Amino acid sequence: MKDFFLWMSLILGFLILVSLYRGVGGPGFLNRIVGINVIGTKIVVILILMGLFIQRVDMFVDISLAYAFLNFIGTLAAAKYLERKGAI
Amino acid sequence: MVEVLSGLLVVCGIFLFASGTLGLLRLPDFYCRMHATGKCDTLGALLTLTGLAIYNGFSLVSLKIIFIVIFIFLAIPTATHAIGRAALVNRVLPWTKKDKNK
Repeated sequence: MKDFFLWMSLILGFLILVSLYRGVGGPGFLNRIVGINVIGTKIVVILILMGLFIQRVDMFVDISLAYAFLNFIGTLAAAKYLERKGAI
Repeated sequence: MVEVLSGLLVVCGIFLFASGTLGLLRLPDFYCRMHATGKCDTLGALLTLTGLAIYNGFSLVSLKIIFIVIFIFLAIPTATHAIGRAALVNRVLPWTKKDKNK
């Protein structure tokens, strides 16, 4: 079962690398924000998988919870800034 | 039995993540990309984390994982709605059929 978790997190890492194409070079600010939001959601899942792989999930679940909060707040702040300033 | 159920849920979640990433890369417009990622990532994270909580058993850690699931289920649609509203205020035009040959 540990090898299964390792392979699933490797697949998720490959998906993060692929979606970094849209996060770095996507046309405009809005495509970059969507790409970074997708990467953050994948990292929340990959942290729990890594915690189950090295059997320290009681530590990794707190880090994952904090990362989910920070991802949501960052995306919401960037969206509100663009809505007010019109900087596209 | 528990391992089979948890593995099935994790595999379904990873498949949804993969299809969301495919939509993020291949769809032609900003609104279409947001449509793909907003729904696929929500259901993918929900299925994967539920499978991992089932595998971990009944403890405080599983309760925290279920709390992450509930928070993600509320947070990703809110963030997607905020980004879409910002694009609509800034007059980003949606993709139509006459933009096909550009």
